[in-house]
Amino acid sequence: MNDRVLVIGASHAGVHLAASLREKGHTGSLTLVGAEPHLPYHRPPLSKAYLSGTPMAEPVALRPESFYDAKNITLLRGERVDKIDLAAGVAVTSAGVDLGFDHLALATGARARRLKLPGDDLDGLIYLRNLDNARRLLRRLDSVRRVVVVGGGFIGLEAAAVLRERHINVTLVEAGDRLMARSVSQEMSDYVLDVHRARGTRILLGTGVTAFEGTDGDLTSVTLADGSSVPADLVVIGIGVTPRTELAEQIGLTVDNGIIVDCHARTDDPRVVAVGDVTVVPHPLEPGTRLRLESVQNATDQAAAAATSILGQDPSPVSVPWFWSDQFDLKLQMAGASSKYDDIVIRGSVAKGRFTVLCYRGDRLVAGECVNSGADFGALRRALAGGISFRRDHAADESITLKALL
Amino acid sequence: MTTVVFIGPQGEQHIADAEIGVSVMEVAIRNDVPGVVGQCGGSLACASCHVYVQSPWSTQTGEPSDMEDDMLEGAMAERRPESRLSCQLTMCAELDGLTVEVAPEQL
Repeated sequence: MNDRVLVIGASHAGVHLAASLREKGHTGSLTLVGAEPHLPYHRPPLSKAYLSGTPMAEPVALRPESFYDAKNITLLRGERVDKIDLAAGVAVTSAGVDLGFDHLALATGARARRLKLPGDDLDGLIYLRNLDNARRLLRRLDSVRRVVVVGGGFIGLEAAAVLRERHINVTLVEAGDRLMARSVSQEMSDYVLDVHRARGTRILLGTGVTAFEGTDGDLTSVTLADGSSVPADLVVIGIGVTPRTELAEQIGLTVDNGIIVDCHARTDDPRVVAVGDVTVVPHPLEPGTRLRLESVQNATDQAAAAATSILGQDPSPVSVPWFWSDQFDLKLQMAGASSKYDDIVIRGSVAKGRFTVLCYRGDRLVAGECVNSGADFGALRRALAGGISFRRDHAADESITLKALL
Repeated sequence: MTTVVFIGPQGEQHIADAEIGVSVMEVAIRNDVPGVVGQCGGSLACASCHVYVQSPWSTQTGEPSDMEDDMLEGAMAERRPESRLSCQLTMCAELDGLTVEVAPEQL
Protein backbone atom coordinates (compact mmCIF):
# COMPACT_ATOMS: atom_id res chain seq x y z
CA MET A 1 0.00 0.00 0.00
CA ASN A 2 1.42 3.33 -1.02
CA ASP A 3 -0.97 5.60 0.83
CA ARG A 4 0.48 8.23 3.12
CA VAL A 5 -0.09 7.64 6.81
CA LEU A 6 0.25 10.39 9.39
CA VAL A 7 0.43 9.43 13.07
CA ILE A 8 -0.05 12.28 15.53
CA GLY A 9 1.46 11.42 18.91
CA ALA A 10 4.75 9.59 19.44
CA SER A 11 4.42 7.71 22.68
CA HIS A 12 3.60 4.01 23.19
CA ALA A 13 0.54 3.94 20.92
CA GLY A 14 1.88 6.12 18.11
CA VAL A 15 5.31 4.49 17.93
CA HIS A 16 3.87 1.00 18.07
CA LEU A 17 1.39 1.86 15.35
CA ALA A 18 4.17 3.09 13.08
CA ALA A 19 6.24 -0.03 13.80
CA SER A 20 3.23 -2.31 13.23
CA LEU A 21 2.43 -0.66 9.91
CA ARG A 22 5.91 -1.41 8.60
CA GLU A 23 5.86 -4.91 10.07
CA LYS A 24 2.53 -5.62 8.36
CA GLY A 25 3.77 -4.42 5.00
CA HIS A 26 2.90 -0.74 4.65
CA THR A 27 5.27 0.65 2.03
CA GLY A 28 3.93 4.19 1.63
CA SER A 29 5.14 7.24 3.47
CA LEU A 30 4.83 7.20 7.22
CA THR A 31 5.19 10.27 9.42
CA LEU A 32 5.14 10.27 13.19
CA VAL A 33 4.76 13.62 14.97
CA GLY A 34 5.51 14.02 18.67
CA ALA A 35 5.20 17.15 20.81
CA GLU A 36 8.06 16.18 23.12
CA PRO A 37 11.65 16.81 22.02
CA HIS A 38 12.90 13.47 23.36
CA LEU A 39 13.34 10.21 21.53
CA PRO A 40 10.07 8.34 22.30
CA TYR A 41 10.48 6.53 25.61
CA HIS A 42 8.79 4.13 28.02
CA ARG A 43 6.47 6.22 30.18
CA PRO A 44 5.52 3.89 33.09
CA PRO A 45 8.98 3.89 34.75
CA LEU A 46 8.78 7.69 35.22
CA SER A 47 6.77 7.23 38.42
CA LYS A 48 8.66 4.09 39.39
CA ALA A 49 12.27 3.01 38.75
CA TYR A 50 13.26 6.22 36.96
CA LEU A 51 12.63 8.21 40.16
CA SER A 52 15.26 6.13 41.95
CA GLY A 53 17.94 7.41 39.57
CA THR A 54 19.37 10.79 38.67
CA PRO A 55 17.83 13.63 36.62
CA MET A 56 20.46 13.12 33.93
CA ALA A 57 19.57 9.48 33.31
CA GLU A 58 18.20 8.68 29.88
CA PRO A 59 14.81 6.98 29.95
CA VAL A 60 14.43 3.61 28.24
CA ALA A 61 13.78 4.37 24.57
CA LEU A 62 10.83 2.64 22.93
CA ARG A 63 13.03 2.14 19.87
CA PRO A 64 16.56 3.25 19.10
CA GLU A 65 16.98 6.35 16.98
CA SER A 66 18.27 4.20 14.13
CA PHE A 67 14.97 2.31 14.02
CA TYR A 68 13.06 5.23 12.52
CA ASP A 69 15.57 5.67 9.69
CA ALA A 70 15.83 1.96 9.07
CA LYS A 71 12.03 1.65 8.78
CA ASN A 72 11.73 4.83 6.74
CA ILE A 73 9.57 6.47 9.39
CA THR A 74 9.82 10.26 9.44
CA LEU A 75 9.89 11.14 13.12
CA LEU A 76 9.20 14.80 13.82
CA ARG A 77 10.03 15.58 17.44
CA GLY A 78 9.04 18.71 19.34
CA GLU A 79 6.32 19.44 16.79
CA ARG A 80 2.66 19.83 17.56
CA VAL A 81 -0.17 19.54 15.06
CA ASP A 82 -2.55 22.46 15.51
CA LYS A 83 -4.91 22.13 12.60
CA ILE A 84 -6.25 19.36 10.43
CA ASP A 85 -8.14 19.76 7.17
CA LEU A 86 -9.61 16.30 6.81
CA ALA A 87 -11.25 16.94 3.44
CA ALA A 88 -7.96 18.11 1.96
CA GLY A 89 -5.93 15.50 3.87
CA VAL A 90 -3.53 18.01 5.36
CA ALA A 91 -2.37 18.61 8.93
CA VAL A 92 -0.47 21.76 9.87
CA THR A 93 2.12 21.85 12.65
CA SER A 94 2.76 24.73 15.02
CA ALA A 95 5.91 25.45 13.01
CA GLY A 96 3.73 25.88 9.94
CA VAL A 97 4.72 22.64 8.20
CA ASP A 98 2.03 21.00 6.03
CA LEU A 99 1.79 17.23 6.39
CA GLY A 100 -0.33 15.49 3.76
CA PHE A 101 -2.06 12.19 4.49
CA ASP A 102 -4.43 9.58 3.14
CA HIS A 103 -4.87 7.94 6.54
CA LEU A 104 -4.72 9.73 9.85
CA ALA A 105 -4.02 8.18 13.25
CA LEU A 106 -4.66 10.13 16.42
CA ALA A 107 -2.43 8.99 19.27
CA THR A 108 -2.50 12.26 21.15
CA GLY A 109 -2.69 10.73 24.64
CA ALA A 110 -3.78 12.58 27.71
CA ARG A 111 -2.64 15.44 29.90
CA ALA A 112 -2.46 15.43 33.68
CA ARG A 113 -5.61 16.82 35.21
CA ARG A 114 -4.79 20.09 36.98
CA LEU A 115 -5.86 21.22 40.41
CA LYS A 116 -7.26 24.72 40.20
CA LEU A 117 -6.95 26.04 43.72
CA PRO A 118 -5.70 29.14 45.50
CA GLY A 119 -1.90 29.06 45.44
CA ASP A 120 -1.66 26.71 42.47
CA ASP A 121 0.91 29.04 40.88
CA LEU A 122 3.43 28.57 43.70
CA ASP A 123 6.76 27.00 42.90
CA GLY A 124 6.77 23.43 44.16
CA LEU A 125 3.77 21.82 42.50
CA ILE A 126 4.69 18.93 40.25
CA TYR A 127 2.50 16.88 37.93
CA LEU A 128 3.92 13.58 36.78
CA ARG A 129 3.16 12.76 33.19
CA ASN A 130 6.26 13.13 31.07
CA LEU A 131 10.04 12.97 31.22
CA ASP A 132 10.48 16.67 31.89
CA ASN A 133 8.08 16.39 34.85
CA ALA A 134 10.00 13.43 36.27
CA ARG A 135 13.34 15.20 35.85
CA ARG A 136 11.98 18.29 37.55
CA LEU A 137 10.87 16.14 40.49
CA LEU A 138 14.23 14.36 40.63
CA ARG A 139 16.14 17.65 40.68
CA ARG A 140 14.17 18.69 43.77
CA LEU A 141 14.46 15.46 45.71
CA ASP A 142 17.85 16.11 47.30
CA SER A 143 16.60 19.28 48.93
CA VAL A 144 13.08 18.35 50.03
CA ARG A 145 12.17 16.94 53.41
CA ARG A 146 8.38 16.98 53.38
CA VAL A 147 6.21 16.13 50.40
CA VAL A 148 2.45 16.05 50.05
CA VAL A 149 1.17 13.69 47.37
CA VAL A 150 -2.29 14.55 46.10
CA GLY A 151 -4.11 11.53 44.68
CA GLY A 152 -4.14 7.90 45.80
CA GLY A 153 -4.08 6.32 42.35
CA PHE A 154 -1.15 4.49 40.78
CA ILE A 155 0.92 7.58 40.00
CA GLY A 156 0.55 9.06 43.47
CA LEU A 157 1.24 5.79 45.25
CA GLU A 158 4.22 4.89 43.08
CA ALA A 159 5.74 8.32 43.62
CA ALA A 160 4.99 8.15 47.36
CA ALA A 161 6.77 4.79 47.59
CA VAL A 162 9.92 6.10 45.91
CA LEU A 163 9.91 9.21 48.11
CA ARG A 164 9.64 7.08 51.26
CA GLU A 165 12.49 4.91 50.04
CA ARG A 166 14.48 8.13 49.88
CA HIS A 167 13.52 8.77 53.53
CA ILE A 168 11.40 11.77 52.70
CA ASN A 169 8.44 12.53 54.95
CA VAL A 170 5.31 11.84 52.86
CA THR A 171 1.64 12.67 53.41
CA LEU A 172 -0.70 11.31 50.75
CA VAL A 173 -4.14 12.87 50.44
CA GLU A 174 -6.92 11.04 48.61
CA ALA A 175 -10.39 12.50 48.15
CA GLY A 176 -12.08 9.09 47.78
CA ASP A 177 -12.64 6.59 50.54
CA ARG A 178 -10.04 4.10 49.29
CA LEU A 179 -6.87 3.88 47.19
CA MET A 180 -6.83 3.06 43.44
CA ALA A 181 -10.62 2.86 43.60
CA ARG A 182 -11.07 2.96 39.84
CA SER A 183 -8.74 0.05 39.17
CA VAL A 184 -8.61 -2.53 41.96
CA SER A 185 -10.80 -4.38 44.43
CA GLN A 186 -11.53 -3.14 47.94
CA GLU A 187 -9.32 -5.93 49.30
CA MET A 188 -6.34 -4.77 47.25
CA SER A 189 -6.95 -1.14 48.23
CA ASP A 190 -6.92 -2.12 51.90
CA TYR A 191 -3.76 -4.18 51.53
CA VAL A 192 -1.84 -1.45 49.72
CA LEU A 193 -3.01 1.11 52.30
CA ASP A 194 -1.55 -1.06 55.08
CA VAL A 195 1.75 -1.48 53.23
CA HIS A 196 2.22 2.25 52.69
CA ARG A 197 1.27 3.08 56.26
CA ALA A 198 3.66 0.43 57.59
CA ARG A 199 6.44 2.11 55.62
CA GLY A 200 5.71 5.40 57.31
CA THR A 201 3.59 7.23 54.76
CA ARG A 202 0.79 9.21 56.32
CA ILE A 203 -2.32 8.52 54.24
CA LEU A 204 -5.47 10.60 54.59
CA LEU A 205 -8.55 9.20 52.86
CA GLY A 206 -11.73 11.13 52.17
CA THR A 207 -9.77 14.35 52.40
CA GLY A 208 -9.59 17.10 49.83
CA VAL A 209 -7.02 19.82 49.32
CA THR A 210 -8.40 23.37 49.37
CA ALA A 211 -5.35 25.59 48.97
CA PHE A 212 -1.59 25.83 48.71
CA GLU A 213 0.21 28.32 50.92
CA GLY A 214 3.63 29.82 50.42
CA THR A 215 6.02 32.66 51.00
CA ASP A 216 7.80 34.61 48.27
CA GLY A 217 6.35 32.31 45.63
CA ASP A 218 7.64 29.13 47.25
CA LEU A 219 5.28 26.50 48.60
CA THR A 220 5.32 26.05 52.38
CA SER A 221 2.14 24.14 53.22
CA VAL A 222 -1.02 22.52 51.91
CA THR A 223 -4.44 23.34 53.38
CA LEU A 224 -6.90 20.45 53.67
CA ALA A 225 -10.70 20.50 53.55
CA ASP A 226 -10.98 20.17 57.34
CA GLY A 227 -8.98 23.39 57.70
CA SER A 228 -5.80 21.70 58.87
CA SER A 229 -2.48 22.50 57.32
CA VAL A 230 0.32 20.13 56.29
CA PRO A 231 3.81 21.64 55.93
CA ALA A 232 5.35 20.76 52.56
CA ASP A 233 8.38 21.68 50.47
CA LEU A 234 6.90 20.01 47.44
CA VAL A 235 3.55 18.70 46.19
CA VAL A 236 3.27 15.85 43.71
CA ILE A 237 -0.12 15.73 42.04
CA GLY A 238 -1.54 12.62 40.39
CA ILE A 239 -5.30 13.04 40.12
CA GLY A 240 -5.93 11.46 36.77
CA VAL A 241 -5.74 12.61 33.19
CA THR A 242 -7.81 14.36 30.57
CA PRO A 243 -7.68 12.93 27.06
CA ARG A 244 -6.28 15.28 24.43
CA THR A 245 -9.30 15.32 22.15
CA GLU A 246 -8.98 18.81 20.67
CA LEU A 247 -7.90 17.63 17.21
CA ALA A 248 -10.59 14.93 17.14
CA GLU A 249 -13.22 17.51 18.00
CA GLN A 250 -11.84 19.86 15.36
CA ILE A 251 -12.45 17.26 12.65
CA GLY A 252 -15.87 16.30 14.00
CA LEU A 253 -15.18 12.85 15.46
CA THR A 254 -17.47 11.60 18.21
CA VAL A 255 -15.89 12.33 21.57
CA ASP A 256 -17.17 11.35 25.00
CA ASN A 257 -14.43 11.30 27.63
CA GLY A 258 -12.13 10.32 24.76
CA ILE A 259 -12.37 9.53 21.07
CA ILE A 260 -14.91 6.77 20.58
CA VAL A 261 -13.44 3.85 18.62
CA ASP A 262 -14.48 0.28 17.88
CA CYS A 263 -12.39 -2.72 18.89
CA HIS A 264 -10.28 -2.25 15.75
CA ALA A 265 -9.38 1.34 16.67
CA ARG A 266 -11.65 2.78 13.98
CA THR A 267 -13.33 6.13 14.60
CA ASP A 268 -16.57 7.13 12.92
CA ASP A 269 -14.56 8.50 9.99
CA PRO A 270 -13.11 5.82 7.71
CA ARG A 271 -9.89 7.81 7.17
CA VAL A 272 -9.13 8.13 10.84
CA VAL A 273 -8.06 5.63 13.50
CA ALA A 274 -7.32 6.53 17.10
CA VAL A 275 -5.17 4.68 19.62
CA GLY A 276 -4.01 4.83 23.23
CA ASP A 277 -5.05 6.87 26.24
CA VAL A 278 -7.05 9.30 24.10
CA THR A 279 -9.59 6.64 23.08
CA VAL A 280 -12.70 5.14 24.61
CA VAL A 281 -13.06 1.47 23.69
CA PRO A 282 -15.85 -1.09 23.85
CA HIS A 283 -15.64 -2.85 27.21
CA PRO A 284 -14.06 -6.24 26.51
CA LEU A 285 -16.18 -7.99 29.15
CA GLU A 286 -19.35 -5.91 29.33
CA PRO A 287 -21.03 -5.60 25.94
CA GLY A 288 -22.71 -2.29 25.28
CA THR A 289 -20.51 -0.30 27.64
CA ARG A 290 -17.27 1.57 27.02
CA LEU A 291 -14.20 2.44 28.98
CA ARG A 292 -11.02 4.41 28.62
CA LEU A 293 -7.92 2.38 29.39
CA GLU A 294 -4.69 4.10 30.33
CA SER A 295 -2.13 1.36 29.89
CA VAL A 296 0.81 0.24 27.79
CA GLN A 297 -0.96 -2.98 26.91
CA ASN A 298 -3.98 -1.13 25.56
CA ALA A 299 -1.80 1.30 23.64
CA THR A 300 0.26 -1.41 21.94
CA ASP A 301 -2.54 -3.88 21.27
CA GLN A 302 -4.76 -1.15 19.91
CA ALA A 303 -1.90 0.09 17.76
CA ALA A 304 -1.51 -3.35 16.20
CA ALA A 305 -5.27 -3.45 15.57
CA ALA A 306 -5.19 0.02 14.04
CA ALA A 307 -2.43 -1.04 11.66
CA THR A 308 -4.58 -3.90 10.35
CA SER A 309 -7.53 -1.52 10.01
CA ILE A 310 -5.47 0.95 7.96
CA LEU A 311 -4.09 -1.81 5.76
CA GLY A 312 -7.45 -3.54 5.37
CA GLN A 313 -6.12 -6.79 6.80
CA ASP A 314 -7.94 -9.31 8.99
CA PRO A 315 -8.49 -7.88 12.44
CA SER A 316 -6.48 -9.14 15.38
CA PRO A 317 -8.29 -10.72 18.34
CA VAL A 318 -9.45 -8.44 21.13
CA SER A 319 -7.09 -8.61 24.05
CA VAL A 320 -7.65 -8.61 27.79
CA PRO A 321 -6.65 -5.40 29.55
CA TRP A 322 -3.74 -5.66 31.93
CA PHE A 323 -1.49 -3.28 33.75
CA TRP A 324 1.06 -3.23 36.50
CA SER A 325 2.37 -1.07 39.31
CA ASP A 326 5.56 -1.13 41.37
CA GLN A 327 5.30 0.14 44.94
CA PHE A 328 8.12 -0.60 47.38
CA ASP A 329 8.84 -4.30 46.89
CA LEU A 330 5.32 -5.00 45.63
CA LYS A 331 4.80 -5.99 42.05
CA LEU A 332 1.09 -5.49 41.39
CA GLN A 333 -0.21 -7.04 38.20
CA MET A 334 -3.83 -6.70 37.29
CA ALA A 335 -5.88 -8.12 34.43
CA GLY A 336 -9.48 -7.83 33.33
CA ALA A 337 -11.88 -5.20 34.60
CA SER A 338 -12.73 -5.44 38.26
CA SER A 339 -15.35 -2.71 38.42
CA LYS A 340 -18.32 -5.05 38.81
CA TYR A 341 -17.79 -8.23 40.82
CA ASP A 342 -19.79 -9.84 43.57
CA ASP A 343 -17.36 -12.32 45.04
CA ILE A 344 -13.65 -12.82 45.43
CA VAL A 345 -11.28 -15.70 46.03
CA ILE A 346 -7.90 -15.03 47.60
CA ARG A 347 -5.09 -17.49 47.02
CA GLY A 348 -1.67 -17.22 48.60
CA SER A 349 -0.67 -15.34 51.70
CA VAL A 350 -1.68 -11.73 52.28
CA ALA A 351 0.52 -11.68 55.41
CA LYS A 352 3.57 -12.69 53.36
CA GLY A 353 2.75 -10.17 50.64
CA ARG A 354 2.37 -12.81 47.97
CA PHE A 355 -1.20 -13.46 46.90
CA THR A 356 -3.79 -13.19 44.17
CA VAL A 357 -7.31 -11.77 44.36
CA LEU A 358 -9.65 -13.33 41.80
CA CYS A 359 -12.86 -11.37 41.15
CA TYR A 360 -16.02 -13.20 40.11
CA ARG A 361 -19.39 -12.08 38.88
CA GLY A 362 -21.61 -15.06 39.48
CA ASP A 363 -19.48 -18.00 38.39
CA ARG A 364 -17.60 -15.94 35.87
CA LEU A 365 -14.04 -14.81 36.47
CA VAL A 366 -13.94 -11.12 35.44
CA ALA A 367 -10.62 -9.87 36.81
CA GLY A 368 -7.69 -10.65 39.00
CA GLU A 369 -4.98 -8.86 40.90
CA CYS A 370 -1.63 -10.40 41.74
CA VAL A 371 0.87 -9.28 44.35
CA ASN A 372 4.32 -10.72 43.72
CA SER A 373 2.68 -13.69 42.00
CA GLY A 374 3.87 -13.71 38.41
CA ALA A 375 2.95 -17.32 37.75
CA ASP A 376 -0.66 -16.69 38.78
CA PHE A 377 -0.68 -13.58 36.63
CA GLY A 378 0.32 -15.43 33.47
CA ALA A 379 -2.39 -18.03 34.02
CA LEU A 380 -4.94 -15.36 34.91
CA ARG A 381 -4.37 -13.49 31.65
CA ARG A 382 -4.78 -16.64 29.65
CA ALA A 383 -7.92 -17.63 31.53
CA LEU A 384 -9.53 -14.24 30.89
CA ALA A 385 -8.50 -14.28 27.23
CA GLY A 386 -9.95 -17.76 26.79
CA GLY A 387 -13.13 -17.13 28.78
CA ILE A 388 -12.09 -19.73 31.34
CA SER A 389 -13.41 -19.35 34.89
CA PHE A 390 -11.49 -21.28 37.54
CA ARG A 391 -13.74 -23.10 39.97
CA ARG A 392 -13.58 -21.16 43.22
CA ASP A 393 -12.57 -24.12 45.38
CA HIS A 394 -9.82 -25.06 42.94
CA ALA A 395 -8.63 -21.48 42.65
CA ALA A 396 -8.39 -21.15 46.42
CA ASP A 397 -6.30 -24.31 46.68
CA GLU A 398 -2.68 -23.25 46.69
CA SER A 399 -1.47 -26.79 46.11
CA ILE A 400 -2.83 -26.50 42.56
CA THR A 401 -1.22 -23.98 40.21
CA LEU A 402 -3.62 -21.80 38.22
CA LYS A 403 -1.72 -22.91 35.13
CA ALA A 404 -2.83 -26.49 35.84
CA LEU A 405 -6.45 -25.31 35.84
CA LEU A 406 -6.31 -23.84 32.34
CA MET B 1 31.52 -3.77 22.27
CA THR B 2 30.31 -7.33 22.77
CA THR B 3 27.87 -9.40 20.74
CA VAL B 4 24.76 -11.45 21.46
CA VAL B 5 23.51 -14.14 19.09
CA PHE B 6 19.73 -14.47 18.96
CA ILE B 7 18.31 -17.60 17.36
CA GLY B 8 14.82 -17.26 15.87
CA PRO B 9 12.08 -19.87 15.65
CA GLN B 10 13.31 -21.13 12.26
CA GLY B 11 16.87 -21.37 13.50
CA GLU B 12 17.89 -18.10 11.86
CA GLN B 13 20.63 -16.17 13.62
CA HIS B 14 20.71 -12.48 14.43
CA ILE B 15 24.09 -11.31 15.61
CA ALA B 16 23.65 -8.09 17.56
CA ASP B 17 26.18 -5.59 18.89
CA ALA B 18 25.75 -5.23 22.62
CA GLU B 19 27.00 -2.45 24.87
CA ILE B 20 28.28 -3.50 28.27
CA GLY B 21 25.74 -2.74 31.00
CA VAL B 22 22.70 -2.95 28.73
CA SER B 23 20.11 -5.68 29.20
CA VAL B 24 19.85 -8.42 26.59
CA MET B 25 16.22 -7.37 26.01
CA GLU B 26 17.42 -3.86 25.16
CA VAL B 27 20.09 -5.30 22.89
CA ALA B 28 17.31 -7.10 21.02
CA ILE B 29 15.13 -3.98 20.79
CA ARG B 30 18.04 -1.80 19.66
CA ASN B 31 18.89 -4.32 16.96
CA ASP B 32 15.29 -4.95 15.91
CA VAL B 33 15.51 -8.66 16.69
CA PRO B 34 12.15 -10.25 15.86
CA GLY B 35 10.24 -12.02 18.61
CA VAL B 36 11.57 -10.11 21.61
CA VAL B 37 8.72 -7.79 22.61
CA GLY B 38 9.73 -6.19 25.91
CA GLN B 39 6.32 -4.62 26.35
CA CYS B 40 6.92 -3.38 29.91
CA GLY B 41 10.33 -1.92 29.09
CA GLY B 42 12.23 -4.13 31.51
CA SER B 43 10.01 -3.71 34.58
CA LEU B 44 9.64 -7.46 35.08
CA ALA B 45 5.89 -7.18 34.54
CA CYS B 46 5.04 -8.86 31.23
CA ALA B 47 7.35 -11.83 30.48
CA SER B 48 7.47 -10.88 26.80
CA CYS B 49 11.26 -11.05 26.42
CA HIS B 50 11.54 -14.77 27.20
CA VAL B 51 14.66 -16.50 25.85
CA TYR B 52 16.36 -19.86 26.24
CA VAL B 53 20.02 -19.44 27.14
CA GLN B 54 22.15 -21.88 25.15
CA SER B 55 24.89 -23.91 26.75
CA PRO B 56 27.52 -23.20 27.89
CA TRP B 57 26.27 -19.71 28.66
CA SER B 58 23.68 -20.79 31.19
CA THR B 59 26.41 -21.34 33.76
CA GLN B 60 27.53 -17.71 33.37
CA THR B 61 24.10 -16.06 33.39
CA GLY B 62 23.34 -17.35 36.87
CA GLU B 63 19.97 -18.07 38.39
CA PRO B 64 16.79 -16.01 37.98
CA SER B 65 15.52 -14.07 40.99
CA ASP B 66 12.35 -15.34 42.72
CA MET B 67 10.26 -12.73 40.94
CA GLU B 68 11.73 -13.60 37.54
CA ASP B 69 11.34 -17.29 38.26
CA ASP B 70 7.68 -16.73 39.04
CA MET B 71 7.12 -14.65 35.91
CA LEU B 72 8.74 -17.39 33.83
CA GLU B 73 6.24 -19.86 35.25
CA GLY B 74 3.51 -17.64 33.84
CA ALA B 75 5.19 -17.07 30.45
CA MET B 76 3.34 -17.99 27.26
CA ALA B 77 5.93 -20.35 25.81
CA GLU B 78 7.17 -23.51 27.45
CA ARG B 79 9.22 -23.01 30.59
CA ARG B 80 12.55 -24.81 30.35
CA PRO B 81 15.47 -25.01 32.76
CA GLU B 82 17.36 -22.58 30.49
CA SER B 83 14.48 -20.06 30.38
CA ARG B 84 15.30 -16.45 31.27
CA LEU B 85 13.69 -13.07 30.85
CA SER B 86 16.24 -11.22 28.78
CA CYS B 87 15.49 -7.90 30.54
CA GLN B 88 17.14 -9.43 33.60
CA LEU B 89 20.39 -10.39 31.83
CA THR B 90 22.91 -7.57 31.82
CA MET B 91 25.70 -7.64 29.28
CA CYS B 92 29.24 -7.85 30.59
CA ALA B 93 32.55 -8.76 29.00
CA GLU B 94 32.22 -12.36 30.18
CA LEU B 95 28.96 -12.72 28.24
CA ASP B 96 30.52 -11.70 24.90
CA GLY B 97 29.08 -14.11 22.36
CA LEU B 98 26.09 -15.03 24.53
CA THR B 99 23.71 -17.16 22.51
CA VAL B 100 19.99 -17.27 23.26
CA GLU B 101 17.02 -18.77 21.49
CA VAL B 102 13.99 -16.47 21.36
CA ALA B 103 10.90 -18.14 22.84
CA PRO B 104 8.32 -18.84 20.13
CA GLU B 105 5.46 -17.06 21.90
CA GLN B 106 5.70 -13.99 24.09
CA LEU B 107 2.29 -12.50 24.83
